[in-house]
Amino acid sequence: MELSLIDVRKEFDRFAALHDVSLDIRSGELIALLGPSGSGKTTLLRLIAGLDFPTEGEIRFGDEDASRKTVQERNVGFVFQHYALFRHMTVAENIGFGLKVRPRGQRPSRAEIRRRASELLDLVQLSGLESRYPGQLSGGQRQRVALARALAIEPRVLLLDEPFGALDAQVRRELRRWLREIHDRTGHTTVFVTHDQEEALELADRVVVMSQGRIEQVGTADEVYDDPNSPFVYGFIGDSSSLPVRVEGADIWLDDRAIGLGNPGLPDGPATLYFRPHDVELLDGCGGCIAGTLAASRRVAGTRRVELEIGGAGHVVEIELPVDHPAAQKSRIAFRPRRWKLFQV
Amino acid sequence: MKPSAAALPRPARPRRFRDPTAESAAVKWALVATALLFLALVLFLPLAAVFGEALRRGWRVALESVADPDALSAIRLTLLVAAIAVPLNCVFGVAAAWAIAKFEFRGKAFLITLIDLPFSVSPVIAGLVYILLFGAGSFLGPVLNSWGLQVLFAVPGVVLATIFVTFPFIARELIPLMQDQGTGDEEAALSLGASGWQTFRHVTLPNIRWGLLYGVLLCNARAMGEFGAVSVVSGRLRGETVTMPLHVEILYNEYNFVAAFAVASLLALLALATLVLKAVLERVYERGLGAGPGH
Repeated sequence: MELSLIDVRKEFDRFAALHDVSLDIRSGELIALLGPSGSGKTTLLRLIAGLDFPTEGEIRFGDEDASRKTVQERNVGFVFQHYALFRHMTVAENIGFGLKVRPRGQRPSRAEIRRRASELLDLVQLSGLESRYPGQLSGGQRQRVALARALAIEPRVLLLDEPFGALDAQVRRELRRWLREIHDRTGHTTVFVTHDQEEALELADRVVVMSQGRIEQVGTADEVYDDPNSPFVYGFIGDSSSLPVRVEGADIWLDDRAIGLGNPGLPDGPATLYFRPHDVELLDGCGGCIAGTLAASRRVAGTRRVELEIGGAGHVVEIELPVDHPAAQKSRIAFRPRRWKLFQV
Repeated sequence: MKPSAAALPRPARPRRFRDPTAESAAVKWALVATALLFLALVLFLPLAAVFGEALRRGWRVALESVADPDALSAIRLTLLVAAIAVPLNCVFGVAAAWAIAKFEFRGKAFLITLIDLPFSVSPVIAGLVYILLFGAGSFLGPVLNSWGLQVLFAVPGVVLATIFVTFPFIARELIPLMQDQGTGDEEAALSLGASGWQTFRHVTLPNIRWGLLYGVLLCNARAMGEFGAVSVVSGRLRGETVTMPLHVEILYNEYNFVAAFAVASLLALLALATLVLKAVLERVYERGLGAGPGH
């Protein structure tokens, strides 16, 4: 099922949670809505589900306008951050609920519902737990049951709201891989919300980066990481360092010296240079480079992070060195970013 | 080589430290004794006196006064009033709690305050309000009378007054419970295709069942025991509009102490039965609050 959002706007009490968002989701795609809290990602997901309605704009399921349809009519599978399993029902009853509440004509027989439930339990690798209650399951197991329950109604799209947010790191990583497998096997168009960039980059076909009710960038993991289109995306995805610089003609200037990077075509004036701390080239001499005095140095796992004070204004940037690199012993370090981006201020 | 056991230093016996929040035994017992003494004075003693007085002239007399036609009629009316008031307040309580806990709307705080009104207003005033509304000098009374519906000094008035006094019990019990549970389960049910009614029946109601039962019990206890408001609107027509509490008072004023206390004992027994039921439910409920299968 293809999804399109066209100029969707959502206001709560005159506060705009989403500003004219447009997005096309291809059939069978696994999409992540990524952003800090308050960026509108969950609001967007709830609008797609029909748990909320847009103030303006259109939500299309394939060729059909679903904007005014109820959540029941849209036939979506929704997985909640806190599982929202029915506590007084067994696992099998939870999974069968969506089939049991169908109108008489479309309702499968009890035996059929039971069969479907155990089939889905197989899919989520929890066979044998049919008669347990949610209270007797671990968090990871509960979330799998919640997914099986959502899949039971044969949804047109699968929507997951921070599905792993309440789980600890280890289980989270496991379930991530497992969700990818399920997606590949069932082929549902899937949209999930997360604030965890690692999760989004690893799992999704395309990542939708959101901030303050707007979509900042849509792209594959490589695109949003290697080619961020805004300072926000650069700062939000992956580690980054930034420096205020000045563009003049063909060169980029830091204080009174050119740093050896060519102007990519920005007009003259102040700009901000962004680069990844690990993607730098250390230099011995400094003819066209960034140089700074060592302010602090920390060992982080397999690398050493070094804070450098640049120039008189006291800007601090972070770069990463190999643990045993001799430069870390020096008081003055010169470098040049290998890959970088310049944004006009 | 393994050292022999005898060579090992004997582990020092762990010194027992008192839990920082625990008090010494003396303080504990003093507190317990105070509470028990107080309970004995204001609860057990009067209750025992009620039963004692009822049985002063033996079981037979006590039973006879309960089997008296007027007494039987009072018992019947009390049960009837409770049987009408409790279900109505049940529906109202669930509806109000649902609205308050699951929706955002203007005037919500006002509605919550309004629900508490019967708790804060004296029951006598509640009764007087109905006199004003349905009395001879009012607008509604004569109109309803001309349709053949007598509200004041008749059973409808007694029922209305009881409903007024008891309506916060169930709503008050459910509001915090439902607010705490949020709307996640309902949204899940709706997203799975359930209708509003199916969601309520299969998801919301099971989630609140213990709280609801608890509220019903409290509401019932109060409905059977209500005196003030009912006393104002009933008119005390013996055998017609006299409930058990009113009957007790009438007998008492007639110096018929044994009969008064016999009926009072019966009322007290009903209350005790409610309390026992409540205690049982509380235990089940608490177990249900854990993550156990009884949920």
